[in-house]
Amino acid sequence: MAAVQETVEQVRRVGADQYKYGFVTDIESDLAPKGLSEEVIRFISAKKSEPEWMLEWRLEAYRRWLTMTEPNWARVEYPAIDYQDLYYYAAPKSTAGPKSLDEVDPELLRTYEKLGIPLHEREILAGVERPEGEARPRVAVDAVFDSVSVATTFKEELKKAGVIFCPISEALREHPELVRKYLGTVVPTSDNFFATLNSAVFSDGSFVYIPPGVRCPMELSTYFRINEKNTGQFERTLIIADRGSYVSYLEGCTAPKRDENQLHAAVVELVALDDAEIKYSTVQNWYPGDENGKGGIYNFVTKRGDCRGANSKISWTQVETGSAITWKYPSCVLRGENSRGEFYSIAISNGRQQVDSGTKMIHLGKGTTSRIISKGISAGHSSNAYRGLVSAHRKAEGARNFTNCDSLLIGDACSAHTIPYIEAKNQSCVFEHEATTSKISEDVLFYCMQRGLSQEDATALVVNGFVRDVLQQLPMEFAVEAQKLISVSLEGSVG
Amino acid sequence: MTALLEIRNLKAEIAGKQILNGYDLTVKAGEVHAIMGPNGSGKSTLSYVLSGRPGYNITEGQALLAGADLSQMSVDERAAAGLFLAFQYPLEVPGVATMTFLRAALNAQRKKRGEEEMSSPDLIKRVKEIAKILDMDMEMLRRPVNVGFSGGEKKRAETLQMMLLEPKLCILDETDSGLDIDALKVVSSGVNQLRSKDRGIVVITHYQRLLDYITPDVVHVQSAGRIVRTGGKELALELEETGYANYQSEAA
Ligand SMILES: Nc1ncnc2c1ncn2[C@@H]1O[C@H](COP(=O)(O)OP(=O)(O)OP(=O)(O)O)[C@@H](O)[C@H]1O
Ligand SMILES: [Mg+2]
Repeated sequence: MAAVQETVEQVRRVGADQYKYGFVTDIESDLAPKGLSEEVIRFISAKKSEPEWMLEWRLEAYRRWLTMTEPNWARVEYPAIDYQDLYYYAAPKSTAGPKSLDEVDPELLRTYEKLGIPLHEREILAGVERPEGEARPRVAVDAVFDSVSVATTFKEELKKAGVIFCPISEALREHPELVRKYLGTVVPTSDNFFATLNSAVFSDGSFVYIPPGVRCPMELSTYFRINEKNTGQFERTLIIADRGSYVSYLEGCTAPKRDENQLHAAVVELVALDDAEIKYSTVQNWYPGDENGKGGIYNFVTKRGDCRGANSKISWTQVETGSAITWKYPSCVLRGENSRGEFYSIAISNGRQQVDSGTKMIHLGKGTTSRIISKGISAGHSSNAYRGLVSAHRKAEGARNFTNCDSLLIGDACSAHTIPYIEAKNQSCVFEHEATTSKISEDVLFYCMQRGLSQEDATALVVNGFVRDVLQQLPMEFAVEAQKLISVSLEGSVG
Repeated sequence: MTALLEIRNLKAEIAGKQILNGYDLTVKAGEVHAIMGPNGSGKSTLSYVLSGRPGYNITEGQALLAGADLSQMSVDERAAAGLFLAFQYPLEVPGVATMTFLRAALNAQRKKRGEEEMSSPDLIKRVKEIAKILDMDMEMLRRPVNVGFSGGEKKRAETLQMMLLEPKLCILDETDSGLDIDALKVVSSGVNQLRSKDRGIVVITHYQRLLDYITPDVVHVQSAGRIVRTGGKELALELEETGYANYQSEAA
């Protein structure tokens, strides 16, 4: 996390007095009543001083959602979620937070230690609440996660380039025409149960706009932007790369977060116009629950990129190690001629985790190409499914896809499934699919251990080798972090 | 002085089948021992039992490394204690660059011994020196461990690992097989550099050829899971003449 660390330090230096710009205190004192109703949605919209059309948009989604039923086709099992038993706006987490690290799950702390996170950072990540007098760590939290102070650091540079990077609630006020033009055009409000719910109640998220011909001068990251403590649950992200522009966006932080929101239903929409490129990387390491799977996060997220312009390109790279349940299919709609979609994924499951993840490549335009590299690693009692759809529309003359899905099993109690769907309505397209499932080789582990590596280190090394093709797609610092993370998440996977 | 390796009446089995039948061997620091013997006589089995390969179980007897009971140590603890096995069939580790592997192995051992880790520049420098002795291209070390290496290249890579890790006890299981004559010379010179008064070397081989370059202090003949004869370096020459016919009946 070298780069991130540096930024954290930098932010801390500028942080203290810019704190007043944050909206943190507001949020903490405001609460919508529990449960979901039109009133709650009006409340959220009003709190954010949204334009009228936005409220209508939300309400329409809500009414739609009432008619929908929760999907049950994924290979995951979880107790029924009571949607009336949730807070949809600023849950009062401050009262529930531990008072010191002594009250935090020691397992979680051990993980932080392994990741080399400094003590005060650990407190922040674990959500430790300091009494009033001890303000320093609080300010650090806000400085790290609050958009405004960080934006101050980078604002100048981004502004010079014409890049807009702000909370989506701010974009709704400052750039309503842009938001209105693109919001919901990739993931319509009616898309699926969780996306529709998100459309009705989303609290915040990121908005990015890169003007024509601009190469965004830095990698943009949510880690720098958002006070996720209160907005993580129904996050909404919208990224637009205008003609000939380029942006690399990093989502998430590599330290596992303590989070009382069991349900996460985020929506991410990407739009790439002619000759534009968006690279979206995620390292997700949410709390997976204890060894019995209790207390972990349910991650139901809809991520979709629209290669709207000719020769545009969208690539998703993800490293998934957290959550109790992951239900996630970052997809590309390849609309523009010769546009390209890529999906590189590492999904690790351990303990009782259940992962159902994959991608969809929808070839609509002529000469569109896509590439899918998926590496699934299952350990413990986990189950890990890759579900992928590659489809070609009638007009997708000469579309090509290459898919490679490899699964690695560690131990005897886990499972891996590969569920590919292929639909080609055009004779000229070429879809290639390769899949392998193998058990981690005892002989290779023995070889590594004979050279002095412990069983856990040997396992991590072999797994890192297995996922190398995907790790190489990540920005440098992220890759290093991800590598460390892989070792940590495999802990206890070997007898 | 305690011997570096002390094997007493060792019996071991794989999948319920007894392979080692009362093995006795003592290797002192500073000595080079050669073990020869027919195919299937349990030479590799001995190396696996000593290094702790899963599935290879000691049923009787003892093996001590510098006085410490090997059966009480995990595979990686044995490695950190200085036991190195150059595999007869080295394994491939896909996706892991050889250099990464070397760094991980060396520093894991150092850490276990409470020593400081070797810095990357020092490591690269050291590896370069060794690669030069073994006439290996550094480009090869950027490739994944043993993946796509020829048989001879794998044996060279094993030797390189051994020279970097500087173990107390080196066991070379047919490191000469698959080597061309020039490779045999460079690998032997690498092994000879490791000869020292603090180190013991056990070479398992079928051929006198290797022993022309690595002169053993002691030669053993192994048959049916134990040592049936021990002599000086001339014993190897004798075997070259007569083969193992005499010993197979002896062991039966
Ligand atoms: N997994 C196993 N299950 C049963 N028998 C085994 C197993 N592995 C090895 N053996 C047997 O153990 C015996 C000794 O094998 P080992 O490989 O130790 O011989 P070796 O002396 O090294 O032979 P070579 O000179 O051919 O390398 C052989 O008969 C072999 O078939
Ligand atoms: Mg053998």
